[in-house]
Amino acid sequence: MTTSPLADRTTTAAARATDLSKIYGQGETQVVALDRVSVDFRQAEFTAIMGPSGSGKSTLMHCVAGLDSFSSGSVRIGDTELGSLKDKQLTRLRRDKIGFIFQAFNLLPTLNALENITLPMDIAGRKPDKEWLDKVIGMVGLADRLSHRPSQLSGGQQQRVAVARALASRPDIVFGDEPTGNLDSRSGAEVLGFLRNSVRELGQTVVMVTHDPVAAAYADRVIFLADGRIVDEVYGPTAESVLDRMKRFDAKGRTS
Amino acid sequence: MFRTALRNVLAHKARLLMTVLAVMLGVAFVSGTLVFTNTISDALQKSSAKGFDQVDVAVTAESRPDVGDRIVKTPELTQALLERSAKTPGAASAVGVVTGFTAMADKDGKLIGGGFQSQGGNYWGTKDVRYPLVSGRAPSGVNEVLIDAKTAERAGYGVGDTVRLSVDGPVLAPRITGVFTTDDGNVAAGGSLALFDTASAQKLFGKPGVYDEIDVKAAAGTSQSALKSALDAALPKDQVETTTGKQLADDQAEAISSSMSGLKSGLLVFAGIALFVGTFIIANTFTMLVAQRTKELALLRAVGASRRQVTRSVLIEALVVGAVAGVTGLVAGVGIGAGLRSLLGTLGATVPDGPLVVSPGTVATALLVGVVITMLAAWLPGRRAAKIPPVAAMSSVHATASTRSLVLRNTLGALLSAAGVAVVLAATTMDGSDGQAPMGLGAVLLILGVFVLTPLLSRPLIAAAAPVLRVFGVSGKLARQNSVRNPRRTAATASALMIGLTLITGMTVMAGSLQRSIDKMASSAIKADYVVSMANGNELSPDVDDKLRSVAGVTATSPMRNAPARIDGTTEYLTGVTGSAIGELTDLKVDDGAFTVAGARVAVDEDTAKSHGWKAGSVFTVHYEDGRKQQLTVAGVYQGNQLIQGIIVDNAALTPHVADPADMQVMVKTSGGASEGTADRLEKALGSNPAIKVQSRADLSHEIAKTFTLVLNMLYGLLAMAVIVAVLGVVNTLAMSVFERSQEIGMLRAIGLDRRAVKRMVRLESLVISLFGGVLGIGLGVFFGWAAGELLGTKMPTYELVLPWGRMALFLALAAGVGILAALWPARRASRLNMLAAIKSE
Repeated sequence: MTTSPLADRTTTAAARATDLSKIYGQGETQVVALDRVSVDFRQAEFTAIMGPSGSGKSTLMHCVAGLDSFSSGSVRIGDTELGSLKDKQLTRLRRDKIGFIFQAFNLLPTLNALENITLPMDIAGRKPDKEWLDKVIGMVGLADRLSHRPSQLSGGQQQRVAVARALASRPDIVFGDEPTGNLDSRSGAEVLGFLRNSVRELGQTVVMVTHDPVAAAYADRVIFLADGRIVDEVYGPTAESVLDRMKRFDAKGRTS
Repeated sequence: MFRTALRNVLAHKARLLMTVLAVMLGVAFVSGTLVFTNTISDALQKSSAKGFDQVDVAVTAESRPDVGDRIVKTPELTQALLERSAKTPGAASAVGVVTGFTAMADKDGKLIGGGFQSQGGNYWGTKDVRYPLVSGRAPSGVNEVLIDAKTAERAGYGVGDTVRLSVDGPVLAPRITGVFTTDDGNVAAGGSLALFDTASAQKLFGKPGVYDEIDVKAAAGTSQSALKSALDAALPKDQVETTTGKQLADDQAEAISSSMSGLKSGLLVFAGIALFVGTFIIANTFTMLVAQRTKELALLRAVGASRRQVTRSVLIEALVVGAVAGVTGLVAGVGIGAGLRSLLGTLGATVPDGPLVVSPGTVATALLVGVVITMLAAWLPGRRAAKIPPVAAMSSVHATASTRSLVLRNTLGALLSAAGVAVVLAATTMDGSDGQAPMGLGAVLLILGVFVLTPLLSRPLIAAAAPVLRVFGVSGKLARQNSVRNPRRTAATASALMIGLTLITGMTVMAGSLQRSIDKMASSAIKADYVVSMANGNELSPDVDDKLRSVAGVTATSPMRNAPARIDGTTEYLTGVTGSAIGELTDLKVDDGAFTVAGARVAVDEDTAKSHGWKAGSVFTVHYEDGRKQQLTVAGVYQGNQLIQGIIVDNAALTPHVADPADMQVMVKTSGGASEGTADRLEKALGSNPAIKVQSRADLSHEIAKTFTLVLNMLYGLLAMAVIVAVLGVVNTLAMSVFERSQEIGMLRAIGLDRRAVKRMVRLESLVISLFGGVLGIGLGVFFGWAAGELLGTKMPTYELVLPWGRMALFLALAAGVGILAALWPARRASRLNMLAAIKSE
C-alpha cells in the first residue's frame, strides 16, 4: 500500500480543488462542512470519496461538480475556475464537461432509454457521437432495451441507463453520488464494473461518493474525509483495506 | 384529528389561497347573480306597487275578438261612463286616465330616455292627487305642460322653460307650467313623463271625450272587492272590465319577475359553469394537497389513525376552506351585483333605483354552494388519502400518479359526444322554434361529452403541436411530454378555458352571421335611401309622408300603413303603400307574377300566399274595419323578409276604409342618395323632431345589430370571469406539476439545463395546455354557432355563416395569454428550485 502526497501535480488533473472551504451559518452556529481541502482528480482515474455521515464527502463532490457554491478556495474543472462563474456558465459547464450518476437514478419517465441517454446532448442541441454512443451502450449492455421506458426497466437497468447518460456526452469527469445505494449487490457490482471499465477502456475520469467499502474497492484510489478534512488516502484499495481504515477512524473518534 | 386538519389548513397557505380563490370566484358569481336580480326585481316591484296607491278599482275597455268578416272595435270609455263610475255607491271619486307616447327633447334636441320610456298623460283637474306638484300650477291647453321632477333635474328644465315634445310626428313646443313628483315605475326606471290637461291629452293621444282608463277611489270603509262588485253592477258589462288595484299590482309584479327570469337564468347558467369548472380546480387542488402530504398522512395511519379519520381530516380541511371562501365569495358577490347594475346603467339600459337586496336565501345559497361544492370536490382526494398504506411513510418513493384505465371514461365520453352531435344535427333540420329545445339539449350533451373525452383528445391534439414545440429544443420536447403525462389533470385544466371559449365563440359566430344577413336584407330588399319611423315604434302621423314628399331632391316616398282586415274569417294586417312609388323603393324578389301594387292588384309574400293557397292571379275578398269589402287580385308573390312582409295593398284602395291611418314607417328615395346633407334636410322638414328617426340603410342594420352587440358585450364581461377561473386552474396544475417533478427538474438542472430553459419548459407546458383548451373551445363554439345558424336560417332566408376569423384569432391569443400569465409564478418557482435538495433521494 503506497501513500502519495495529497496533491500530486505531476499528472494532468481533470478537476482540482485548492484550499476549498464551505462554511454554513455565522458566529456561534457556524458549521464548517469543508475545511481547506486540496485534492486532485487525475485523468483516467477512478476515485472514491469515503467518510462517515457529516464528514463533508457529498459537499466536496457537489462543490467540485459545480452544483453547490463554496466559501473560499478554488475549484478547477480542466482549465476553468468555477469560483468566478455565474449560474448560467456553471450550467453550461455541467452540461458539456461533467456527467452525473445519482443514487435515485433520476431518469425522465416520459423518455425512453435512448432518449434519456442522449438527454444532455439534446439539451446542448448537439448530435451525439454515434460511434462513441454505440460503444457506451454496448458496454452497459442496453442495446436491446433502448426503446423501453424507465418504468419498464429494473432498478439495475435504470442505473445502467444513468451510467450511459453520464458517459454519452464524453464528459471530462463523471461524478457519482452513491450510485449503488439503491441497488442490490449484484446490480451494484455490475454498475461499478461499468464505471471501472469506462476508466480502464474508455479513459474516462470518475469520482464517486460512497459509504460502501465493497464499492470503494472498485476505485483506483480512495480518499477519506472526516470533519471536513481529508484524513487519509489509499491507492489500489481492497474492501478489507478500506474497512480497516474506516475502523481506525471510528476508534480514533471514540478515544479522542 | 380536528387540530391536525386545522394545522394543515394553515401549513399550506399559498396552495390553499388558490383553492379559496377558486371556490370564492364560483360563489361570488352565483351570489352576485342572485343579488343583482333580487335588487332589480325588488326595486321594480316596489315602484309598481307604489304606482297603484291611488287606484282601488281600474275600469278599462273590454277588447273583443273579431267575428266573421267584421273587425270588432274596442268600446270607448266615455265621459258618461266616467260620471257613472264616480256616482257608483262606495266610490269616493273617479279619475279619467289618458296616456300616450310623448317624446321629450333635452336642451340639445336629443331624445330623453330610451324612446320606449317616453310617456305622456293627463293632469286631472286643478289638483291631481296622483301627481303632487313641486312647483308651478296645473297646465291648460296644448301649449302648457307639466314634467316630472326627475326629468326636469336631468335635462335642466324649470318652470317657464319651453320644451320640445312630439306625440305622433308634429313637434309641439309648450311652456312648462309646473314640475311634479311621481312614484310611477317607468319614471323611476329612467323614463320621462309629460302631462297635459285632460282635454288636450285626449285630443293628442286619442279622441276627445274618451279615456284609456278610469281609476276609481273607494270611499272610506269600502273594500276594493266591494267597490269592484258595485262597479260591475253599475256599468255595462259588455263594454268594460274592472280590476282591483291589488290585482293590477300583482299582475305587474308577476310580469316584471317573468321578464327578469330570462336574464336571471342566463346569468345563473354562467354562474353554474363557473362553479362546475371551479369544482374541478378544487378537486385538483385537494389531490395536490394530498399528494404532497402522502408521507404525513401515511405516518398518521402508521401511528394508528383509521381510514375514516384520515378522510375526515381532509374533509374538515375542505369545510374550513369552503366556509372561508363562501363568506368572502358572498362579499365579493354583493360587489359584483352592485357593479353589474351600474354597468348596465352605463350601457344605456336604465335600471331602477333601490337599495341593494341581499336576501337570506342568497346568503344561504352562497354558503351552501361554497361548503358543499368544496367538500364534494375534496371527497375523492380524501378517499384516496385514506387509501395511502401506512408503509408509504417508510418508503422513499413518491406516490405515483394513478394510472387507472381511461377506457370507461372514453366510452362514456364518446357516447355522450355522439349523442350530442346527433341531437344537434337533428335539431338543425327542424323548423325554427321547434329545434331550440333539442339544440340546447344536444349542446349540453356534446359539451359534457367533450369534457369527459378531453384526456383522450389531449394526446393527438398536443402531438399536433409537436413540430412547433420542436423549435424550442429540449424544453419544447419535455413540455409536450409533461403536458400529456397526466391526461386527467391536463383535461380538467383545459376544460376551464374550453367552456368559456365555447360559449363566447358560438355567440360571436352567430352575431357575425346575423349581422351579415341583416346587412344583406337591408341592402338587397330596400332601394329607399332612408326609412323614417318613430323612436318607439309607434305610428307616425300621415302628414309625415306628405311633408317628406315635398322635400327638394326626394324622388319617391311611401308610407307603410298598417290596417287590420278579415280575410277568410281570420284577421290579417294589410300593408298600405303608395302603389306608384313602391317599385322605386323596394327590390323584392318575385317568384310568381309581377310586383304590381295598383288599385285592386296587390303583392303577397310567399308565406301568406302558401297559407291561403294563392298564386299570381288568385282573387280574394277583404273585409275592412269599416265593414266594407273588396275583391283583390294577387298580382305577384314575393319573398318576404323581416322588414317587408304580408299583403301589400295600394293606399288609394286602402285609406278610404281606415279611420285612423297608422303609418309604421315612411320610405324615402332621393336623387342624390344617402348623405349627411340629405338626412339633415329630411329631419329639418319634419321640424327636427326628437321622436322621429331618419335612418339610412346602414343605420337600419346597425340598429338591429345593436341589440345583440349589447348581449355580446355582456357575455364578454362574463368571459372575463371564466378567464380568471381558467388562469387559477392553470396555475394550480402547473404548481402541482412543478412540485411533483421537483426531483426531475433538479436532475435536469444538474445535467445542464439552465434556468431559462427550465422556465421555458414550464411556460410551454402551460401554453400547450391553454391552447389545447382554446382550440377545443373555439372548435365547439364554431360548431354550435353553425348549428344555431342553421336553425335561424329557416326563419331568415338571407342567413349565411360568417366565421369571424379575426375574433377567433383573438380568442386563441387570449388562451395563449392565459397560459403565459398562469406560468409566471410556477416557472419562476421551478427555475429557483434548490438543485441539491431536489436530487437528494430523500
